[in-house]
Amino acid sequence: MRIRTAGVIAASMLCLAGVAACGDKKDDKAAGSNPSAAAASGELVIWADDKRSAALKPFADKFGQENGVTVKIQAISKDQQTAFLTASQQGSGPDVMVGAHDWIGNLVQNGAIDPVQLSDAQKSGIQAGAIKAITFNGQTYGVPYATENLGLIRNTELAPTAPATIEDLVATGKKLKAEKKASEILCLQSGQNGDAYHSYPLYASAGGYLFGTTASGDYDAKDLGVGKPGSIAAFEKLRALGEKGDGALKRSITGDNSIATFTGKKCAFLVSGPWATADVKKAGIKYDISPIPGFKGGKEATPFLGVQTFYVASKGKNKALAQEFVTNYVTTPDLAVALYNAEPRPPALTAALEQVKGQDPDLAKWADAGKNAIPLPAIPAMAAIWEPFGKAEAAVIGGAEAKTTVEAAAKTISSSIK
Amino acid sequence: MTTQLEGPATRALPAPEETTPERSTTTAGLLVKIVLLGLLVATAVWAAFPLASGEHWVGLGILLATTAGLLYLYITPRHIPAKYLVPGTIFLIIFQIFPVLYTASTAFTNFGDGHRGTKAEAVTAIQTASVTRVPGSTEYQLKIVTEGDPATGALAFLITDPKSGQVSIGDADGLKPADGNPPAGWTVLNAGQASARSKEITDFAVPTAAGAIRSAGLSRAYEGKAVRAFDPATDSITDTTSGKVWKADDDEGAFIAADGERLAQGWKVDVGFANFTRVLTDETISKDFLRTLIWDFIFAIASTGGTFVLGMFCAIALQSNRMRFKGFYRVAMVLPYAMPSFAMLLVWRDMFNTDFGLINNVLGIHVDWLGSAFSAQIAVLLVQLWLGYPYMFLVTTGALQAIPGELTDATKVDGAGPFQAFRAVKLPLLLVALSPLLISSFAFNFNNFNAIYLTTEGGPFPADNPSNGATDLLITYTYRLAFGGSGAQYGFAAAISIFIFLIVAVVSVVSFRRTRAQEEVYS
Repeated sequence: MRIRTAGVIAASMLCLAGVAACGDKKDDKAAGSNPSAAAASGELVIWADDKRSAALKPFADKFGQENGVTVKIQAISKDQQTAFLTASQQGSGPDVMVGAHDWIGNLVQNGAIDPVQLSDAQKSGIQAGAIKAITFNGQTYGVPYATENLGLIRNTELAPTAPATIEDLVATGKKLKAEKKASEILCLQSGQNGDAYHSYPLYASAGGYLFGTTASGDYDAKDLGVGKPGSIAAFEKLRALGEKGDGALKRSITGDNSIATFTGKKCAFLVSGPWATADVKKAGIKYDISPIPGFKGGKEATPFLGVQTFYVASKGKNKALAQEFVTNYVTTPDLAVALYNAEPRPPALTAALEQVKGQDPDLAKWADAGKNAIPLPAIPAMAAIWEPFGKAEAAVIGGAEAKTTVEAAAKTISSSIK
Repeated sequence: MTTQLEGPATRALPAPEETTPERSTTTAGLLVKIVLLGLLVATAVWAAFPLASGEHWVGLGILLATTAGLLYLYITPRHIPAKYLVPGTIFLIIFQIFPVLYTASTAFTNFGDGHRGTKAEAVTAIQTASVTRVPGSTEYQLKIVTEGDPATGALAFLITDPKSGQVSIGDADGLKPADGNPPAGWTVLNAGQASARSKEITDFAVPTAAGAIRSAGLSRAYEGKAVRAFDPATDSITDTTSGKVWKADDDEGAFIAADGERLAQGWKVDVGFANFTRVLTDETISKDFLRTLIWDFIFAIASTGGTFVLGMFCAIALQSNRMRFKGFYRVAMVLPYAMPSFAMLLVWRDMFNTDFGLINNVLGIHVDWLGSAFSAQIAVLLVQLWLGYPYMFLVTTGALQAIPGELTDATKVDGAGPFQAFRAVKLPLLLVALSPLLISSFAFNFNNFNAIYLTTEGGPFPADNPSNGATDLLITYTYRLAFGGSGAQYGFAAAISIFIFLIVAVVSVVSFRRTRAQEEVYS
């Protein structure tokens, strides 16, 4: 009896392990064989984040009705890029993905998205910066619908005029602090581990750069700007603004409290993006938006340009329809306006921008603040920048020596870039 | 009554189901059995179709054998022990053994960003990505047409030049002028019909002198050219404009040019022990490994020990009969345990903020808690203490109540003081009961990713080393290495997790051995 039981268990264990092992092998092959096997459906699946899913719904339904197909919108609330890559690989991904343009490098190296051929007329209807952002290795990967960039939001009751330079800003901030009208000079989020996205404008103004560009205008991963003399000089300037210097940059100001500190009237200046305006309005603060000022005699403080994009998934089951939706439907202003209403970021389509400019005076100001914004590098090597750059920033803000800090960061970054 | 008396006296364990199978088949039991077995069969059928369509005959056979085996096992009245053991065994295989085996098999590959798929997929991706519009070419309006049935008939592109109005029809042989839009005998596919043949349309190309006309969606077409082509004979990718050649390297899973440049799209290959040797030889890892390991042990021991001592202290205090409002205290003490630790960790992080944090504001001090190595370590341990002691309090309370009062009374008779009684009697008995929990708590804290990642993210980091911080555990440190700068490297991460598994396993085995020795002494 006992022996037989053991036999049954052993046999079923073997069976299951075998199934598991085959399932494993199947996963590897599935991505290659699946699309053809399950293509026969007039269905378009779109993945977007929660807010945009809701805004997309009516348009997706309309597109579905006009074309006699079903359009499914699925909200992916977290880690959209990883979710998309993993699902694509397994053959269970969407046909159209909505996400940030700086995913492009990683999505392309994983063979997850297809280029999108835009006509010249369509290209000229989209802001030049946005087109540049979605161009990677000479190809356009997706259709941009909204842009975003940092700007300087200021409390006009505390600081009526926009500062022309960082030095002006610091002087005004110090004065307000001395008069006890504010407790902080500037709300620029850093945290204990720094924030490369928010500190980049100052870094650029002080003469630093991240990647050089190749002849074709793409970012060049081999030309790393961190560790170059310009970057060391820039970190010196950040250090001078830091806790041991002016006290304008502080590690205690984090992504969680930066906007709240501004709306609590504890600081007159906030470096943030269009997403902050909702909170500022709610707090009833009189505000204005202007470009981030640069250092006196320095370069322009160019923020990063981020572009929200519709992608066509390479492993989607319905690529022809996905291409049709993305190239010929997303490029219509109505959709861009609806997405703007879901979350106020300047539309990338010039026609849509003109349409909503009237209802929202902030839009033109954001566009002005991002006039010379440079596209956030989409090359995979950018992943190597974020953490070491941020940590170096936090270290110099805390008073560490700039040269050794930047050189250590440069070493870490270049060792991660293949 | 009579059956019991007359039953075989030698049988120590009566097994009523076995001797009288009819008795267990109540209607409810039978229904549950039918439903469960039905679900089993349904699952098997659901799993069988993809296996069959993917032609995985071995997998299908195994599936059938397993299902048949399970059906036999639960339909026959025999094999009672197996009936109880098999479900547990199945769950053990699915949730324990399979993930471990999968992790181990991943550790021998270069699976990660840029190396996710197969070589064929990489080649397709490279070729698709290289199709560019022929400069200055016309953009056409497109209709997808067929002469036959819309669902199966051979496809063709009906394209219109918007400038000249010229209508042409194109198929694999090339373009020819069309008489009519659409010409007689041709049907235009609507979007639904076209999307059902999506793959054919996407792959369809009408050859032209400069390249080929391809679809951009269902209503536009463009003339494009694939700049890069794969040559199976030489196993390499050639760029037709620059003439550059990238040769396939099946050890690296990438196309590599003579000058060392590699194409971004690679594929997954077996790399043998490369990930393991990298863990052992990579200078960035070895440089900080020992420091991180020591802190990891300090963190895990201090977290477990601290919470245990505090929890036990509270439990003993609340055992005392002189204590009033015991119920209230017990509820208050369990509160931190009832709150989601995920949110609490973030709240604690903000409480340690230098300028805006509650702790500095209440105490009127200005300590950069998370900014210097020592204070950050103290801070994370404090958070761990707060989060963890209610659990230890609960389990110790339970264990204390299980210690018979006679033992404590006996120590009093022997003239021992309360401390001596605790040390000599209660604590050893507690430890016998709680050691397994302490060991598992240690193993959990050794890999307590959230506790570090949500509070300090491993920081503070020395200015000259952004890859290893003062509160980094092995798991947060290696997470940064595997998923930080170079994108996700699952193969490498799997190799690291095997090493961490070995460390924790060794510690646990040693501890359990010692516990067993202790049990023998005290029981």
